[in-house]
Amino acid sequence: MDKHLTSARALKVLSIIIVFCAWEYAGRIPVSPAFPTFLETMQGLWEITIDGSLLRAYPETLKPLILGVAISAVLGITIGVAIGLSFKVEWFASPIFVVMQSAPLAALIPLLVLAYGIGLTSKVMVVCIMAMPVIVLNSANAVRHTPTSIKEMGRSFLGSPMEIIFKIILPSAAPVIFAGLRLGVSAGFIGAILSELLITPTGIGDVITYNQAIAEYAKMYAAIFSIIVLAVVFLDVIEKIELTLFRPDKRVSA
Amino acid sequence: MTSQGNTALKTTQDAPQSDIAVSVRNVSKIYGGAIHALNDMTLDFPRGQLTSLLGPSGCGKTTLLKIIGGLLDQTSGEILVNGKPVDGPGPDRAFVFQDFALMPWATVIRNVAFGLELRGIAKSEREAVAEKYIAAVGLSGFEKQYPHELSGGMRQRVGLARALSVNADVLLLDEPFSAVDEQTRRKFQEDLLALVEHEKKTFIFVTHSIEEAVYVSDQIALLLARPSRVSEIIKPDIDRSISPDALRRDPVYLDTVERIWSSLRSYVE
Ligand SMILES: Nc1ncnc2c1ncn2[C@@H]1O[C@H](COP(=O)(O)OP(=O)(O)OP(=O)(O)O)[C@@H](O)[C@H]1O
Ligand SMILES: [Mg+2]
Repeated sequence: MDKHLTSARALKVLSIIIVFCAWEYAGRIPVSPAFPTFLETMQGLWEITIDGSLLRAYPETLKPLILGVAISAVLGITIGVAIGLSFKVEWFASPIFVVMQSAPLAALIPLLVLAYGIGLTSKVMVVCIMAMPVIVLNSANAVRHTPTSIKEMGRSFLGSPMEIIFKIILPSAAPVIFAGLRLGVSAGFIGAILSELLITPTGIGDVITYNQAIAEYAKMYAAIFSIIVLAVVFLDVIEKIELTLFRPDKRVSA
Repeated sequence: MTSQGNTALKTTQDAPQSDIAVSVRNVSKIYGGAIHALNDMTLDFPRGQLTSLLGPSGCGKTTLLKIIGGLLDQTSGEILVNGKPVDGPGPDRAFVFQDFALMPWATVIRNVAFGLELRGIAKSEREAVAEKYIAAVGLSGFEKQYPHELSGGMRQRVGLARALSVNADVLLLDEPFSAVDEQTRRKFQEDLLALVEHEKKTFIFVTHSIEEAVYVSDQIALLLARPSRVSEIIKPDIDRSISPDALRRDPVYLDTVERIWSSLRSYVE
């Protein structure tokens, strides 16, 4: 088992190294003068870290991001579970999220700005629009597809409807709900950056646009790189939470 | 150490104890207004005995078992358990599912104790009871394993231990041994006989296998399809004091198997 874990880690590291090497190589060809090499980008990352611009930018970006993701997670899972449990709720709520998922966000942003201004609310809304549909739809699907026989088992051993939901349906649906959550969080990150680029340049969006404007491409890519790293770390934490809280059976074989 | 747990669980048996534990009276089931799964079925299950439901695929065995278990509503007719009409699942009946119906995220001991957990029994108490039945089905040492780490036969033993640990009067088993190999199956059948002997419970047992039915049953209800009805009640009069191997060569055993065969064949033709 230990061997498995170490080899999984080794493969992940290998995959990352290959990507960085390819990046470095593409930067050296060069693909475009606006595309820095990996090493230049790391240099840029170092510079924006020590001059404090990253440190100033992140709280600004994280506020709508965390708020939006938290709202999407809580509301999205609740609505999704309700949809999965009841056809009536599905008929009522499902179309909203299907439309939301396919709506062109860029076209919606001017409307949001008109309605809510350029402040935090609009940005949180953008994050939610990006993150929520996939969380809702996955949760609904997962709940709907709970194996009938374990639900019957719960009933036959005298479980109340609430016990059946909390002790059987939710644990059974947890893997797919969490898969939706991971997709939703990734989409939320995109939403947060998009809102900063399209509404008002603040936070990381500001670092990106500013450095693009003054042609400091290494720093611009460094900012993008940093947000990707943050997203990966965040997703990893979610996976850890899932395995510890809900699926102890998958912990070893994962 | 577990006797205390068991008395706490004793199901209320205020009704006078007749010889019939479960009585099926004129029960019909029509699915979706069109499919007649059961048609005016009447059948009694004697207390403390094992009755098999034997019949071709689709003749309504699972349907009947689920109606007795309270998992499904009949279209008409009545089911009495200990003289009281069935209205949903109750503490007097426990189900063993064909596909085991174990929770993959729960350990063996939590699965076995789950029926008691749903009844609000304290953790230490229910685990003591579960422990006892895990040992009874021969799974000691596997308490902390997860279902995916067990073989099919072991998983069904978990399902059986779960049903036993709630101490219901009536055990409903839906083809519990259909997913295991022949060798394991024989072992299970012998274990089942021992259980019927020791547990003093009423077993209702669905099977496809004539040999299995004859081997384990006190009474066999032969069901026929379309419309589903009880065609015959057979009581294999087998001397169980002889060894399992001798029993399978016993003339009475072989005759009964042959008789059921010809009975079923005449209906198929
Ligand atoms: N939920 C359902 N909706 C509609 N028809 C059903 C449903 N469940 C069972 N049936 C029908 O009722 C009949 C009896 O089904 P049942 O599952 O009780 O048979 P069975 O005797 O258990 O068969 P098997 O031996 O294959 O398990 C079948 O014709 C089946 O198609
Ligand atoms: Mg069946």
